[in-house]
Amino acid sequence: MLLISCPWCRVERPEIEFRYGGEAHIDRPAQPADLDDHQWAEFLYMRSNPKGLLAERWRHVHGCGRFFNAVRHTVSDRFVCVYKTGEKCPDLEALAREGAQ
Amino acid sequence: MPDTALYAPATTQGASVVSRPDVTVTRAAPLARLAFRGDATAAGKAGAAFGASLPMAPLAANPVGQRAALWLGPDEWLLLAASGTVGEEVPWALARTLCDEIATAVGTHPHALVDVSERNVALIVSGPRAAALLNTQVFLDLDEGAFPVGQVTRTLFTKAEIVLWRTGPDTFVVECWRSFAPYVEGLLANG
Repeated sequence: MLLISCPWCRVERPEIEFRYGGEAHIDRPAQPADLDDHQWAEFLYMRSNPKGLLAERWRHVHGCGRFFNAVRHTVSDRFVCVYKTGEKCPDLEALAREGAQ
Repeated sequence: MPDTALYAPATTQGASVVSRPDVTVTRAAPLARLAFRGDATAAGKAGAAFGASLPMAPLAANPVGQRAALWLGPDEWLLLAASGTVGEEVPWALARTLCDEIATAVGTHPHALVDVSERNVALIVSGPRAAALLNTQVFLDLDEGAFPVGQVTRTLFTKAEIVLWRTGPDTFVVECWRSFAPYVEGLLANG
């Protein structure tokens, strides 16, 4: 069973309590009306999809109900760290170097 | 029985769901239940009016006599209140009064307050094997070190969402939605 820690509840909980919310730190354009279709499609659909560490949104839907962000390795499924929404994205390259050592 | 004045076994027929020497599951008498959402300021005002302050620490419960405020999320609480007389009916007058008093106390500060008295039913799971019975469907570590007395959390009971509150070393309260109750009771009876 994959355990995910929730930064709001401050406990580890089974994966079944959580829902995946896609890639984190994607800002909605300030003026959507100024965008053409191509730019809008870039915002809506295009994601980084890396083989490695990715900052993602997760929601503790069957717990506190809150969204938070997590850095997960997309190959090993290992959660490197979790942090609350609104907090700064950690340096993924530095985390990857730490993980490699 | 739970170590809180809040929950009393229901007096209705069929209230005893499981009755074994080492574990019992009993339906609890109806309570007034309120769902409250708001920030810390709103929670402070609501707690003063409710009679039990709303805990700010994660997974905490604050039972005070026949009132209890349960932390569900950083801006969400479940408020429970008993009227003192065990009946088969939800204590509507109490629910109405509490709603009015909390709404007045919080005033225009942004918040949400909903009477959910009829949404939930509670099951009292008690006995030396209470944790083992719950662990047939609840995927949490219910050892007292990991889930101490007083801790409350929303979690999953197989497919049904529940609020699980440890009110004593061998006593848990399962708050589940009324429509999920036959499912939860059935799995506990067969667990």
